[in-house]
Amino acid sequence: MYRYDEFDERFVRERVAQFRDQVNRRLSGAITEDEFKPLRLKNGVYLQLHAYMLRIAIPYGTLSARQLRQLALIGEKFDRGYGHFTTRQNLQFNWPRLRDVPEILDLLADVEMHCIQTSGNCIRNVTADQFSGVAADEIEDPRPVAELIRQWSSAHPEFSYLPRKFKIAVTGAAHDRAAVKVHDIGLRIVRNTAGETGYEIIVGGGLGRTPMIGKVVRDFLPKGDLLAYLEALMRVYNAEGRRDNKYKARVKILVHEIGIEEFQARVEAEFAALDRTTINADREEVARIAAYFAAPPYEKRPAVSQTYQAARAANPAFAAWADVNVTPHKAPGYAALTISLKGIGAVPGDMTSEQMRAAAGLAERYSFGELRVTHAQNLVLPHVAQDDLFAVWKALGNARLAEANVGLITDIIACPGLDYCALATARSIPIAQALSQRFADPARQREIGPLGIKISGCINACGHHHVGNIGILGLEKRGEESYQITLGGDATENAALGDILGPGLTAAEVPDAIERLVEVYLGQRNTGEAFIDTVRRLGIAPFKAAFLQEIDHAAA
Amino acid sequence: MPLLDAGGRFVADRFHRFNSGEATDHPCVLVSLADLPAVLAVRGDQEIGVEIANTVEIAALAPHFDALALIGIAFPAYADGRGFSLAKRLRRDGFTGTLRAIGPLIADQFAYALACGFDEVELPEANAARQPAEHWVKAAAAFSATYQRGYAREASILDQRRAARLEGRNG
Ligand code: SF4
Repeated sequence: MYRYDEFDERFVRERVAQFRDQVNRRLSGAITEDEFKPLRLKNGVYLQLHAYMLRIAIPYGTLSARQLRQLALIGEKFDRGYGHFTTRQNLQFNWPRLRDVPEILDLLADVEMHCIQTSGNCIRNVTADQFSGVAADEIEDPRPVAELIRQWSSAHPEFSYLPRKFKIAVTGAAHDRAAVKVHDIGLRIVRNTAGETGYEIIVGGGLGRTPMIGKVVRDFLPKGDLLAYLEALMRVYNAEGRRDNKYKARVKILVHEIGIEEFQARVEAEFAALDRTTINADREEVARIAAYFAAPPYEKRPAVSQTYQAARAANPAFAAWADVNVTPHKAPGYAALTISLKGIGAVPGDMTSEQMRAAAGLAERYSFGELRVTHAQNLVLPHVAQDDLFAVWKALGNARLAEANVGLITDIIACPGLDYCALATARSIPIAQALSQRFADPARQREIGPLGIKISGCINACGHHHVGNIGILGLEKRGEESYQITLGGDATENAALGDILGPGLTAAEVPDAIERLVEVYLGQRNTGEAFIDTVRRLGIAPFKAAFLQEIDHAAA
Repeated sequence: MPLLDAGGRFVADRFHRFNSGEATDHPCVLVSLADLPAVLAVRGDQEIGVEIANTVEIAALAPHFDALALIGIAFPAYADGRGFSLAKRLRRDGFTGTLRAIGPLIADQFAYALACGFDEVELPEANAARQPAEHWVKAAAAFSATYQRGYAREASILDQRRAARLEGRNG
C-alpha cells in the first residue's frame, strides 16, 4: 500500500488546519454561508436531512487494517457505532456534529486518510478495480496511476472550481470492475502492438438525469504523458463546460453537444500547446509510487489447496459461500475474498464498528493487513491463502459477515435515499430490505445466479440504477413514492443503460414485479446463461409483458 | 474598487476605468474589449489595460499583447473558475504584463489565482470589507507545497522529491 512521505503528511495536516481556519472565518462572518458551502463540501462535509454527513475518501478503495480500526473508533466516538460504504468506495458517517469534524480529520490524518475532494465541483476521489494487483486478467496494477492522479488532483489551482463534479475511475484488467465507461474520465491500462503499456482514455460517461456511456477520446496515451494530457482535457472542460444550468454542466453534456471528434480536436490542440516536460511526473516519481504497490511476500503454495478442497467437501454451507464470495488470485494457492455487507434485511453498505474491528483483525491475520472497498458496497480481503479460507469463513460468521451472496440478487446496491439524503424523492433502503427478504432463500439465490439490482432514491442516480441488470429509481408522484423499473443495464466492459419497463410502482408492488422478471428469466434461460445474457438474447419484450401483466392485476 | 497585490496588501489602483466618450489622457487607462481598438489607435504614451470576460478567445487579444500593460479577467462569481484557465492560457501564450482577477473572489482562492498567473485581485467593496488583508496572506500560505508542476509558485512536491533524489544520488 502507498505510505505518505513527509510531503504528503504535511499536506494533509495543512488541509486540516486550513479547514479549521475556514470554519472560523465562517463563524466570524468573514465569509458568507454561500462562500463557505463549497469549502466544506470540498472537505466532504454535507448537510443532510437530519444532520451533517462526513464523507471520507478511501482512495481507489485500498484500506489497511489500521485505517479500518481508526474508522471503527471514529464511528463509536462521533457517530452511532457504524459507517456506510458508498458506491464510490468512500465511507460516510451520517451523524457527526459539525464542531467535531476538525477532530475527526485529525484522527484520519493520523492514519494517512482524509476527506479531501469527496464532494464539490472538483476532481473527486479516484476509484479503481477492487481486485487491483490481484486479478489474473490484469495487464498492470492501476493503483500507482490512481495514486498519482490523487496527488495531482488535490487542491489543484486551476481545477478546483469546475462547472460540476468530476469523477475518474481506472482499471488495469480486461474485465471492467470499476465501471470506467460511466465516469467523467475512465482510464484503461492497455498494451499497444509494440507491447508497450499506456492508457486508453474514455470521456463523458455518467449517470444522473442524462445517463451516457463514455466515448474513447484517446486510444493510446503513452504513460509518461498522463498529467499533461489530463491538464489539457480538464482545461477544455473548465473553460467550455456549461455553467448556465447545473444539470447540463457535466463533461458528458459538452461532449454530447459538440461531438466527440470536436472535443477530441480541442483537447489535442491544447495538449500540443503544452510544454509537457514541465507538467508530467518524471519516471522516477512514477517508479517511487509504484514500488509501494509491490506484491506482498506471498508464501510458495501449491495452486490447489487440499485443505480447502477437503473443507469444501465436508461443509456444503462453506462451499456455497466460497462459490460466490471467493475470487481467483494470481498468486498460486491464494484467493481474494469478498465480505458481503448485504446481510439479509440489512442496510446495504452499513458496517458496525464491531464488524470493522473483526474485519481488520482478519486482514491482519490472513491478508497482509490489507482490505479493499468495492463499488458494490462490499469489502474484500485481497490476499488470503486458500488453506485459511475455512477459518476466515467461520470468523466472519461470528461477526455476522458471512452472507453468501456476492453478485447474487440480494447483493443489492442502494443509495441512502430519503432516510438520509436531502435530495431524495423516495426511500431506497426499505426497498432493498424488502427485496433482500423476498429472495432470502440461499438455494433460490444460487439458482437465479448473478443478477445485479441497483436502487437510487432520486434522478441523481448515486445507486447507479441505469446500469443495474434490474434498476429501480425512486420518484415522487403526487406526494407518493413511485418506483420506476429498468431492465438490461450493465456497468462492465459491455456497458449498457437499462430500458424502462412501464409505469411506476408503489413500494409494496416492487417485490412482486421483480419476482415476475426473475420468473421469465428462469423459464426462458439456456443452460448456464446469466440473467443479463438472457435479457440481451430475448430483448425486453417478454419481460415487459410479464411486468405489465402484473400491473393490470394490481389495478384490477 | 479595492485592489490586493500579490503580497496580500491592499494598494492604490493606478488604473483609471475609461468610459466611452471620455478623454483618454489619464496615464493608465483600463478599457473594455469593445473600446480597445479605438483607444489603441489614439493612444499617446499611456499604459493601457483591458478588462475582458472569462470567455474571450485568446486570438482576439494576442495581437495586442505588447501594447497591453494589463489584462483584467472578470470573475462573475467566485465559483466560476474559467478565469483560472484563461489566465493560465494567457501566460502560456506569452502575455507578460499584469494579470488582474476582477470579482468577488474569496481568500481561499488567492493561492490558486497567483499560481495560475494572476498578479493582483480587484474586489467589490463589501467583499474586501469582510476579508481583511491578513486573511488573504494566511490563506495563501495554507500549503507549504502542492503537487502540480508547471504553475507559478515555489517548487512543487514532485519537484522537491526529484531534487531530494538527485541530492541523494550525488551526496
Ligand atoms: S441518488 Fe438521490 S437520493 Fe440517492 S444518494 Fe444520490 S442524491 Fe441522494
